[in-house]
Amino acid sequence: MALAREHDLHRRRRGRNVALGVVLVLFVALVFGLSIVKIEQGDMMEAFDHQPRASALPPAGDAPADPGPAPAAPLDPPGPAPEVAR
Amino acid sequence: MSDIPAYEAGGDAEFRDYVALLKPRVMSLVVFTAFVGLWIAPVAVNPFVAFCAVLFIALGGGASGALNMWYDADIDAVMRRTQGRPIPAGRIAGPEALGVGLFLSGLSVMMLGLAANWFAAAFLAFTIFFYAVVYTMWLKRWTPQNIVIGGAAGAFPPMIGWACATGGIGIESLLMFALIFFWTPPHFWALALFMKDDYSDAGVPMLTVTHGRTVTRRHIFAYTLVLAPFALALGLTSVGGPVYLAVSAVLNVLFIAGGWRILRRTEPQAQADGYAVERSFFKLSLYYTFLHFAALLAQHAVGGL
Repeated sequence: MALAREHDLHRRRRGRNVALGVVLVLFVALVFGLSIVKIEQGDMMEAFDHQPRASALPPAGDAPADPGPAPAAPLDPPGPAPEVAR
Repeated sequence: MSDIPAYEAGGDAEFRDYVALLKPRVMSLVVFTAFVGLWIAPVAVNPFVAFCAVLFIALGGGASGALNMWYDADIDAVMRRTQGRPIPAGRIAGPEALGVGLFLSGLSVMMLGLAANWFAAAFLAFTIFFYAVVYTMWLKRWTPQNIVIGGAAGAFPPMIGWACATGGIGIESLLMFALIFFWTPPHFWALALFMKDDYSDAGVPMLTVTHGRTVTRRHIFAYTLVLAPFALALGLTSVGGPVYLAVSAVLNVLFIAGGWRILRRTEPQAQADGYAVERSFFKLSLYYTFLHFAALLAQHAVGGL
């Protein structure tokens, strides 16, 4: 049967697939390495997510020395407690 | 035979055809200049991040090369020099090249944004747009100044490299841009003088075809004069110094002298010695950029002004 026979077409396709596989593995390694470097450099790993979180605030040393007067209490009566996402 | 003849004709692409689609030779200039721009910038970059950034800039350059080959497949099929490219040779289909170009454009811009910063990524996106749309689609077939304006696309990589490190633009990166921008026309026109490519058959208005060879010679000399002050001015910035200035002064004297010799020659004289002067000027132009950027690296290594 012709299908069982190794044809030049199959050789070319195998070569292409193996090369693409190698490129993809290298890409994964690259992204992994980049992540390690970024984490080691202490880059911001999480952004503002519409809810204030202590982990996404600037370090305490950056705060101004005199925070000024405390903000006035909101005029609106407190509404129901916000839903907690998790 | 039970095989399908179309496959016998080599219609199935190999991996190297996809690599050829990215114009690896053009990429080498992009890699080198982008690396220099990034490395000599005043902000230190982690070596692995620098490696990734240069890689993604090169990938973006390759993507724009694929888009260029997709759009120019009709011209490439006419010119002898480009008939063997994957699309005119029938190994890769046009729409597939378009897909590869668009995918790699998106990937390179996104990854550069994540690896370096989003200003550099936006700059890369603009460069791809400039080469694929402004140069390839608008200018190349319309004006004999195509090389001049299209040269900007090749001049952006050191600026992108600089932007990866600093997040912005500086006088140094603008002068690196000017160095490649004003170098490109004499480089390509010297090639056009002795290659005598079949541009006219392909309908590409090269200056040698539209305005003649005497005008082209005059243009080459004029650009060597315009280029020199920008190249030397770079030596007076924070990335310059005595090493760079010495190299640049020698190269510019040689380049202007070469341009002058090209200007003084007539076409019969050039034909008589097989375009020897034009060929040596072209070779000098290759060393010109390489040595300027190598000098910037050397100057960075020994310290600036």
